[in-house]
Amino acid sequence: MTSIINRRCRGLIVSILLAFSNTAFAAVMDLRPGVTDISRRILELHHLSLAICVVMGSLVFGTMFYSMYAHRRSKHPKPADFHESLLVEIIWTAVPVLILIGLAIPATSALREIEDNSNPDLSILITGSQWKWHYQYLEADFGYYSNMSTPAEQINNLETKGRNYILEVDNALVLPTSKKVRFLTTSDDVIHAWWVPDFAVKQDAIPGYINEAWARIEVPGLFRGQCAELCGKDHAYMPIEVEVLPEEEFDQWILDQLLAIELASGQAVADRAKTWTMAELMDIGQTVFIDNCATCHEADGSGQGSTYPALAGGEIPTGDMPTHIERVMSGAVDTEMQAWAPQLSDLELASVITYERNAFGNDLGDIVQPLTIFESR
Amino acid sequence: MAVTADHAIPNRSPLIAYLSRWLLTTNHKEIGTLYLCLSFTLFFIAGAMAMVIRLELFQPGIQFAEPLFYNQMVTMHGLLMVFGVVMPGFVGLANWLIPMMIGAPDMALPRLNNFSFWILPFAFTLLISSLFMEGGAPNFGWTFYAPLSTTYGPPSTDFFIIGVHLMGISSVLGAINIIVTIFNLRVEGMTLMKMPLFVWTWLITAFLLVMVMPVLAGAVTMMLTDRHFGTSFFSAVGGGDPVLFQHVFWFFGHPEVYILILPGFGIASQIIPTFARKRLFGYHSMVYATISIAVLSFVVWGHHMFTTGMPLAAELFVMYATMMIAVPTGVKVFNWVATMWRGSMTFETPMLFAIGFVILFTIGGFSGLMLALVPVDFQYHDTFFVVAHFHYVLYPGAIFGIMSAVYYWLPKWTGNMYDERLGKLHFWTAIIAVNMTFFPMHFLGLAGMPRRIVDYSLQFADFNMVTSIGAGMLGLTQVLFLYIVVKCIRGGEKATSRVWDSAEGLEWTIPSPAPLHTFSTPPQFPIPEKVYQHD
Amino acid sequence: MTERRNNQRKHIVLLSALAVGMVGFSFAMVPLYAIFCEVVGLNGKKYEQEISAEPAVLQVSEREVTIQFLAQVGRGMPWEFRPTEPKLKVRLGEIHLTSYYARNRADQAVTGQAVPSVSPAYAANFLHKLECFCFTQQQLAAGEDQQMALRFYIDVELPEDISMLTLSYSLFPVPDAEVASPTLASN
Repeated sequence: MTSIINRRCRGLIVSILLAFSNTAFAAVMDLRPGVTDISRRILELHHLSLAICVVMGSLVFGTMFYSMYAHRRSKHPKPADFHESLLVEIIWTAVPVLILIGLAIPATSALREIEDNSNPDLSILITGSQWKWHYQYLEADFGYYSNMSTPAEQINNLETKGRNYILEVDNALVLPTSKKVRFLTTSDDVIHAWWVPDFAVKQDAIPGYINEAWARIEVPGLFRGQCAELCGKDHAYMPIEVEVLPEEEFDQWILDQLLAIELASGQAVADRAKTWTMAELMDIGQTVFIDNCATCHEADGSGQGSTYPALAGGEIPTGDMPTHIERVMSGAVDTEMQAWAPQLSDLELASVITYERNAFGNDLGDIVQPLTIFESR
Repeated sequence: MAVTADHAIPNRSPLIAYLSRWLLTTNHKEIGTLYLCLSFTLFFIAGAMAMVIRLELFQPGIQFAEPLFYNQMVTMHGLLMVFGVVMPGFVGLANWLIPMMIGAPDMALPRLNNFSFWILPFAFTLLISSLFMEGGAPNFGWTFYAPLSTTYGPPSTDFFIIGVHLMGISSVLGAINIIVTIFNLRVEGMTLMKMPLFVWTWLITAFLLVMVMPVLAGAVTMMLTDRHFGTSFFSAVGGGDPVLFQHVFWFFGHPEVYILILPGFGIASQIIPTFARKRLFGYHSMVYATISIAVLSFVVWGHHMFTTGMPLAAELFVMYATMMIAVPTGVKVFNWVATMWRGSMTFETPMLFAIGFVILFTIGGFSGLMLALVPVDFQYHDTFFVVAHFHYVLYPGAIFGIMSAVYYWLPKWTGNMYDERLGKLHFWTAIIAVNMTFFPMHFLGLAGMPRRIVDYSLQFADFNMVTSIGAGMLGLTQVLFLYIVVKCIRGGEKATSRVWDSAEGLEWTIPSPAPLHTFSTPPQFPIPEKVYQHD
Repeated sequence: MTERRNNQRKHIVLLSALAVGMVGFSFAMVPLYAIFCEVVGLNGKKYEQEISAEPAVLQVSEREVTIQFLAQVGRGMPWEFRPTEPKLKVRLGEIHLTSYYARNRADQAVTGQAVPSVSPAYAANFLHKLECFCFTQQQLAAGEDQQMALRFYIDVELPEDISMLTLSYSLFPVPDAEVASPTLASN
């Protein structure tokens, strides 16, 4: 009897909740349906479990509220005598078990499908580091870094925040529709987690190990996610942006990227051939510094305690050149100082090192040319 | 507190006498008071950190708490609330109540009891002082995952490790004391199945403590050696695995959260029958359900790790086992409702908090059930949905449990009734504030807001503002609670021995305030009705 | 009274033993974890790869799988490190020889340790390495480069549902104090 009522109520609640998910209200209050078959199944599972909880809660709390009204002392002066009943205990043990089984079956089926990583169409290696993502297309054999592009002025309340505040990046991950995309995640330093709610993909990025997940995205569009594992200072500031293109556009994009890489290496050749002036290097170097280094070492090079050493008068920026270059290019083991060689061009590295040696009152007068960096690689 | 200076030594300055009394006491009532005072103090400190967090999250952008400092607040808030507020709070209640409830003159190991307490102020001074150390306090979340905490932790991490060791020792020694007391000092006639349920839940909690606090000690020791002695438990380069840390930590961590709630279950099981004027429904089931929950708690630690890349079989097993915990927990809730059903209820403050506990803890339990489902957990994990879940089971769960216990037993401890009007005011403001603070967090999580972030994107702004306002209100209700407690200690309507007209149990057969030494001669058990009738 | 005290003493001893035992258990979790991973076939997370014995008779199947090779350079490691062949299509049971290229661009000798990881994790037990630069530390002199060999085969028993395998090496610097007797990978 109660189970029939339960089922009907559940059906009603589920319908209401499903209607919910199509309204703007749901956009604020509910999980999103997403753009994959899996994300939709997950939403349905969420609604099912929520419906069960709402029904169970209503029954239990309803009973309690009724009892608080009807069995308060002024209305019910003589308390009843009963204090045990084996039958009732068995019923309210068995019924929840049945409900749980009803919940476990769709959950199991969805999970089996989620964990089936076989036969992917393409593979992306996603490397998390503090505090950015690196995407590598394994078939096409190229990759790039994806940094948050929200300016610090917005974060520090000096400018109005944009619509995609802290959810926007310089280079989004680009993916095709309708293909089974395999995501391999790993990390350079601490544990991060790559999460795009619209794909219902969340996977830890663990240093030294690779993990696998997949998604088949049905519609093109722009989708955003965030790092979902505390990873240090700027955990809130390493967003994920995915641009999904129809298949032909995606294939063209790949070709465009490969071309752009060739052009960039051509540009790099030109950059190395030129002898740059102090003024030019300082100008470029300051931009590179603000965009990449200031978050830890501070815009004025004052650093933040021992974790992020001061560059103003610091040992390395005022010490010998090869050590400084090596530190910037390869990072420092077991610290948050990253290897910048894979992330920045020869010109960018040369300028930022020049900048560090001459700004913040360091004034060493040293200049580093892009050619020097190229030869150090 | 009506306690006599039994141990007055002539020619001693009053200050020294006062300090020695509290420093050297082996009396379970005084030690209980010490634990409760420590817990309440840390409640305000950790609560202030919560206020910093909520103030910063009032609006998007960074207002005053830079990310490094914010992460320290998040970490310390969690550590202090778990280890400094809820655990000592429950231990304080255990100390005060268990000997009285079982008719014993004191705990089995009174000097060990004193030692167990006095470790804690040292441990917390160490922990809190890390805020002022170079590099700041621990900033890696109360769950301190490697390698963020090992390779990249600030220098204060080592002090954190020592602090954890100290707290662990205190907990284990205290738990051993409780188990030995319960097994050996029960009054004649009080078999295990006749003990008050608060004693039962503490017995089970104490076993959990003895078993899992040492595992935490192992985990932090491995952290220490990884940091300084060249081991690589948690780092791939030396053959280790960061995920191993999570396994060891959560093997402790999951039973730990049951440690944080089981005594609350016991408290509700004491209070509801008194104010429903009806015996607890299903005493035996309640005991077996609590034992089942404790046993199951050992095999579900993996549900904190679903996104780490677990194999399918492990995910399925952990999912099913976690869902199963809902069954005995549900049995307990149903039993409380059945106790209320056709009782004759009045709604004094302890009862209000106990009912609030049952309803809101159940809501937290529901979100826990939802989290158990692995596919959906992939969307919920590390979002504010999880934050909502555990705050519901911890705040309206554990904390309301402690508060209802304080209201219920304060008259016994002090001899004075607390101010009932103020108590009700506390309850109603707290219940509104607690829901205003934590309910929107469910929606924030579903909408996609990750946890442990100093700043969020614009679509999360409205609910964050509501949450922060609720949190401010919640903070104010604590001040009201403090006022009520202090006012009660200082005076009030005189309490009778039984205090509540249907209270059952040995503690209600002795005068209020309870004399410093009780049950020096064992009482009669079962309790003859006429014993309740003096004064 | 004394009986009660003896009882108490017994309880205290047992409980203390339990507490100490659980500390031991937490340390035992370390090898237990490794054993469990191996038994369940999750070697993707286990570092101590055994050198597979050269099989006497090798069963080769017609079934082909793709194996991808990845390289990660750890922070502070001044090497270039990449697979010479990013991807291979192999038949199960066939022995293959491939290599990783490494170059030390620093101006002093540096020792590194490569740590493998396999995805999907349960495929790891089916990847047999006969020769691998990851078995030992590798040292390169300043400016030196090397092709480091990897000889392997994939077991014919590889589960049906796996068509693609990924083997990733993370290269970490070894501090001077921990440098074992250095071996140079041979071609």
